[in-house]
Amino acid sequence: MATLMTERKRSALTRGRLPKYTPYAIAASAVIVAAALMALVGFNVFGWAVLSAVLFAVGNVGSSAIVEGRRKATDKLATSLVVGAFLLALLPLISVIWTVLVNGVPGLVTPGFLGSSMNGVTGAVDNASVKNGTPVLGGVYHALVGSVLITFWATLISVPVGLLAAIYLVEYSAGNKFSKVITFLVDVMTGIPSIVAGLFAAAFFAMILGPGTKTGFVAAVALSVLMIPVVVRSSEEMLKIVPNELREAAYALGVRKWRTIMKVVIPTAISGIASGVTLAIARVIGETAPLLVTAGFATTINTNVFAGWMSSLPTFIYTQIMTPTSPSNPDPSTQRAWAAALLLIILVMLLNLGARLVARIFAPKTGR
Amino acid sequence: MSTTKLAHKAKTGRTATGRTGDKVFSGAALGAGALIVAVLFAVALFLIVQALPTFAAPASEITGGKGFISYIFPIVIGTLIAATIALLIATPIGVAVALFISHYAPRKLARGLGYVVDLLAAIPSVVYGAWGASFLASQLKVPYAWLAEHAGWIPIFAGPASSTGKTILTAGVVLAVMVLPIIASLTREIFLQAPMLHQEAALALGATRWEMIRMAVLPFARGGIISAVMLGLGRALGETMAVALVLSSGPMIASLIRSGNQTIAAEIALNFPEAFGLRMHELIAAGLVLFLITLAVNMVARWIINRHKEFSGAN
Repeated sequence: MATLMTERKRSALTRGRLPKYTPYAIAASAVIVAAALMALVGFNVFGWAVLSAVLFAVGNVGSSAIVEGRRKATDKLATSLVVGAFLLALLPLISVIWTVLVNGVPGLVTPGFLGSSMNGVTGAVDNASVKNGTPVLGGVYHALVGSVLITFWATLISVPVGLLAAIYLVEYSAGNKFSKVITFLVDVMTGIPSIVAGLFAAAFFAMILGPGTKTGFVAAVALSVLMIPVVVRSSEEMLKIVPNELREAAYALGVRKWRTIMKVVIPTAISGIASGVTLAIARVIGETAPLLVTAGFATTINTNVFAGWMSSLPTFIYTQIMTPTSPSNPDPSTQRAWAAALLLIILVMLLNLGARLVARIFAPKTGR
Repeated sequence: MSTTKLAHKAKTGRTATGRTGDKVFSGAALGAGALIVAVLFAVALFLIVQALPTFAAPASEITGGKGFISYIFPIVIGTLIAATIALLIATPIGVAVALFISHYAPRKLARGLGYVVDLLAAIPSVVYGAWGASFLASQLKVPYAWLAEHAGWIPIFAGPASSTGKTILTAGVVLAVMVLPIIASLTREIFLQAPMLHQEAALALGATRWEMIRMAVLPFARGGIISAVMLGLGRALGETMAVALVLSSGPMIASLIRSGNQTIAAEIALNFPEAFGLRMHELIAAGLVLFLITLAVNMVARWIINRHKEFSGAN
């Protein structure tokens, strides 16, 4: 008797609901129907997957609308749309990474790619290597050196300025008008188009040192215009979350404010600051446009940032694609460009992972 | 005797250095803050000064021979078209991706996905440009031809379609792929901040997940979504390399699937390395226009964020 009551109750509660196996059944039938439809027009895996997904969504929402009512159906429709948009967004991103891997690996594993520059590699050399089927000559060593040096100088300029500005905002300003102006301008600076930062540096040094001044240092200045706001923002956030008790304890012991900042506040926040800086480096190392107008391009190794044109990885990719070394045989140039792109992505990913690692290493030791 | 003297010396010494240290340090901090303000003004100032010769020059000497306005107008329009296409595609998908990560994906998966989205936002633009030029453009040739044939009566799809696929629509799609991770990661942050109690209350009252999102999450996040889109717009407007590599530029035309149009940033990047004299000033003037447009967009975005901050239930 009692069991009968619960039986009836459960059935009342589950009325107007689809059984649990419905989605699986719909999925299975969607896959089969899609395969059948694709067989009619010519089969390809991609179309099959898309058609199955669409059929599944339609079947799911439709059955729900019939059995469960409008509200549940709307919910399922929203779920399908959100998941569908997510999968759609993954497509180009996977495609980008796949394209770079497929095109980049052959060039990257070519011996001498990392160790040689483009010095002496002319159109004739490329033509010969295509004709004879020999490995592509020339490499990215000069661009790698340029990228590292320019980014190093940009970091050298941006980190002290950015960190000190963040310290001013958090420790000294006490929320006055000037700090509000700085915060606002830093936000605005984050949105400066990179090409405009490059133009600024070019115009600035053209005024001081005469027109047409293109050196690695000009590029470093352009990059620091882009890098400073990122450093300020991230350091500011990190300094803000240092507990006030630590500062007060230091003051209570008679420690000067600057020593408190140097010995207590910054060490506590260093993990976040360091990872913020690393992320900022990762951001500017891939900038192309400002380097194009400030550092020019070079085919030889230049280790002096204060004189002479300098190549960098992004501009190397750009020039190899836009103006192939040998116009009649662009393949070697394309191969070098993709290999450099792969190298650049690997660098950026390593920097991103490094930021996480740095955050973990420098994290202040907790009591336990 | 000597010990007290030593102690005294040490004490005074420390106090003196401490005081100077304080002054030096606070001065340096203030100086760094002032430097940032100065740099931004310098950016504007140098652009204006270097752009001035353009406005003084006779109209016939400007590229195109009809004065600066008729030179800049088509590329401003081109910039706006590319950015609009990018946002039309990236906004709904970006918001949906953010929703998926914050409210639909299993929690363990969500952390990893958030990290992947951040990584994708870090891929250099030149790589996206290379991808767009070599892969996407050739993939889009067929759809463009189809559009030209079947929807050619709409001015924006007027044929004949580009045979290389290097059109402003392709550039817009590449820009969309680039700004999508930005919009997604910014809006995800906002969605995660939506008050948990409101969401749980909605669910407890019997709302479905979508109703909960519509009633408790989206109203909270509206300001954040708008500002994320505005920041994406700022990025799309100023993006150089993707457009420079993908678009085969030309004069302004209405059709999106023929080669033509140009954006300010790409115009500068393509021409500045060889520019000298008046042409250089002209390009800097174009840069100034771009700077002003993005400045306006960013200011509006920040204004929305700040307004949102004051009225949201978060604080």
